[in-house]
Amino acid sequence: MTQTTPHPEEAGSRAGHPLVQLTGVQKHFGDLHVLKDIELEVAAGEVVVVLGPSGSGKSTLCRTINRLETIDEGEIRVDGELLPTSGAGLAKLRSEVGMVFQSFNLFAHKTVLQNITVAPIKVKGIPRRDAEVTGMELLERVGVADQADKLPAQLSGGQQQRVAIARSLAMSPKVMLFDEPTSALDPEMISEVIEVMTGLAKDGMTMIVVTHEMGFARRTADRVVFMDSGRIVEVRPPEEFFSSPQTDRAKDFLGKILHN
Amino acid sequence: MDTFLIERDMLWTAFSTTLTLAAISGAISLVLGTLIAALRVSPYAPLRALATAYTEFLRNTPLTIVFFFYVFVTPSMGFTFDYKVAAVIALSCYTSAFVAEAVRSGINSVTVGQAEAARSLGMSFSQNLSIVVLPQAFRTAIPPLISVFIALVKNTSVAGAFGVFELFALSKRLTNVYSADVIAILVGVALCYLLLCIPLGQLAGHLERKVAFAR
Repeated sequence: MTQTTPHPEEAGSRAGHPLVQLTGVQKHFGDLHVLKDIELEVAAGEVVVVLGPSGSGKSTLCRTINRLETIDEGEIRVDGELLPTSGAGLAKLRSEVGMVFQSFNLFAHKTVLQNITVAPIKVKGIPRRDAEVTGMELLERVGVADQADKLPAQLSGGQQQRVAIARSLAMSPKVMLFDEPTSALDPEMISEVIEVMTGLAKDGMTMIVVTHEMGFARRTADRVVFMDSGRIVEVRPPEEFFSSPQTDRAKDFLGKILHN
Repeated sequence: MDTFLIERDMLWTAFSTTLTLAAISGAISLVLGTLIAALRVSPYAPLRALATAYTEFLRNTPLTIVFFFYVFVTPSMGFTFDYKVAAVIALSCYTSAFVAEAVRSGINSVTVGQAEAARSLGMSFSQNLSIVVLPQAFRTAIPPLISVFIALVKNTSVAGAFGVFELFALSKRLTNVYSADVIAILVGVALCYLLLCIPLGQLAGHLERKVAFAR
């Protein structure tokens, strides 16, 4: 097992200072060791795609970064600050880290526009008018402005996920986490969400993306992180990872994914 | 039924007392019960334990004993309440435990993802609860809550045994005076309770339709 150390400079001109740093992270679910010795550094402006078989810990890894999952050992820093364990400090940090879920999790009782504006108004104290103007701009950007007054359940899955992305963007996050954003979508809706994500990456958003969309990883990622049974097994630029994976586990995984 | 016509002033006094007891206790127990339910899901274990103890204690104590406590025990400790006030306190405390459980069942029906989304947007626990979770929880909690409030309306009759002149006390007084009309009097009083409770059931249906939303 080779563990290639992260090289942000490989990402070229887009790489900035380290924004997310995980050092020596360990996590257990009961007897199950789900995250083992995780070392990962993501630079500002970088797009990191996390790949791996199901149960490899990639979603858990993603969720530890805004502390939806706690860790047993190690350190996580966001923009140099150690992750607060609770209280107002943690809430503040979470407001700066966007999160997009597999199951969208739009607030079911609020309209699309309210979904976007509620956090800026209540958490950041932005005046309602301003939040609504920004909200409409964001909905425009993700292509669902015409659905602003509908409830989430009236939208297709692809539209809901685009709204969820806009909701995160409304908080102007420093980094965005995507936890299998397209896994609950019909095939024809995947592309509309991927398109929005590709746009974000082009605009320089720092992104950590857990996905099974190999096309997105290949085209958009600066680095691919491959995980297996709780461990980061390979960290490499996508072209190298896909053309010549170094570990047997990654070869096996890619073989299964790409040949069916 | 002539009895009621003769004693219509007394009937009205009793009816409005029952209504007042139910309405005030209902409002207080809704607020108190929601607070208790919120404590039940709080991140702080001591608060959760406190709320659990409160709920289990009041829910498993006969209402008559709760009344007994506020009417006879607290005065001996130096707190004397008017009978009506004591009745409102007893009914509110007792009912709030059931409200708390109904609201908690509503909270549990809201998917974890809703609260996770709220947390990851930087909302505090209280914002999460008041903006995201409770509004959705109440929608699911309407049918059990209405059952709780219907029980409350009927439970006000216990106050009749503790110095409050409401519908049950009225039936006692009238059956003493007009002993030939016992059946008519009891049927009449029962109808008064129906008059209060049936609209509550209707209200439940109306509210459910009004706040219905697809998940």
